[in-house]
Amino acid sequence: MEALEDGVVDGNAIGGLLVEVFGTEMTTAVGTCAGCGSTSQVAELAVYRPGLGTVVRCRSCDNVLMVFVKIRDVTCVDMMGLAQLTSA
Amino acid sequence: MAGTAVRGRLTWQTATVDSLVDETASVRTISLSVPDWGGHQAGQHLDIRLTAEDGYRAERSYSIASAPGEPVAITVERLDDGEVSPYLTEELRVGDEIELRGPIGGYFVWDGGDRAPLLLLAGGSGVVPLRAILRHRSRIGSTVPVRLLYSARSWADVIYRSELGAEPDGVQVSHTLTRQQPPGWTGYARRVDQAMITEVAWPVAQAPLAYVCGPTNFVEAVAADLVALGYPAQRVKTERFGATG
Repeated sequence: MEALEDGVVDGNAIGGLLVEVFGTEMTTAVGTCAGCGSTSQVAELAVYRPGLGTVVRCRSCDNVLMVFVKIRDVTCVDMMGLAQLTSA
Repeated sequence: MAGTAVRGRLTWQTATVDSLVDETASVRTISLSVPDWGGHQAGQHLDIRLTAEDGYRAERSYSIASAPGEPVAITVERLDDGEVSPYLTEELRVGDEIELRGPIGGYFVWDGGDRAPLLLLAGGSGVVPLRAILRHRSRIGSTVPVRLLYSARSWADVIYRSELGAEPDGVQVSHTLTRQQPPGWTGYARRVDQAMITEVAWPVAQAPLAYVCGPTNFVEAVAADLVALGYPAQRVKTERFGATG
């Protein structure tokens, strides 16, 4: 279990995790927030890593867009906060 | 199939430390031999994974400090409360092996295709990917004009001091030293602010491309200042390194 407490970063920091999950580079993918409809490249989204997982939030409305939790080499992905995610 | 590279696959591999260069008292550049390295783009990073004897693992991301075509290198700053950086900057020896995966990233990259004037803004170790961009620009013989504004605590904290001091053709480097300045210092001596950015930034009319990298607070403030100056948001690329400076 990693412990990363470096405050808020951005989607660049989870580039590797995104390749693990999606099988391809996703930091340039464009996400649409299900809460407020704003769009952003994943690289520019707010990323929090409290130690138990990774939380990605919308910069406009703070809505949680994606949550990644790794449990014994299995990564659980919750993307309920995204209305759409379009690969570049 | 032998020799087929699976696009997008990112696997952990074992690299060997080739050389170590102390950039400052707390910053070290580590050059690596990576057996299955497929090349990289300036601005990308790699992930390092350390595994302790009890199986505890720590992963960290480090920007690649070298240009495409050069040996893979990372520049690491030792953080006093860090889990990985003290090992990389103090314990690691030439010949040691470390696990890494990469290259990673498709957003904060510069490949020379965009001919627009380049504005690079570095906060502390945020200068690392920007240095890769500068080295790549030299290697490909690009004549794109560049201005680098580099914020550091003191002259002793400036990474790549002599390399940046040499100022390659078409590259203007401005330093701001925020805590301590050497005697006779005539450069900026404060945190980056709107006035400083206004003086250094390429005029908006030239459709410049900006790359901002460093601690999160630095990046947020500088990016906001550039947008306030009239830079379109999509012409300001950002990479936040987290809370530490």
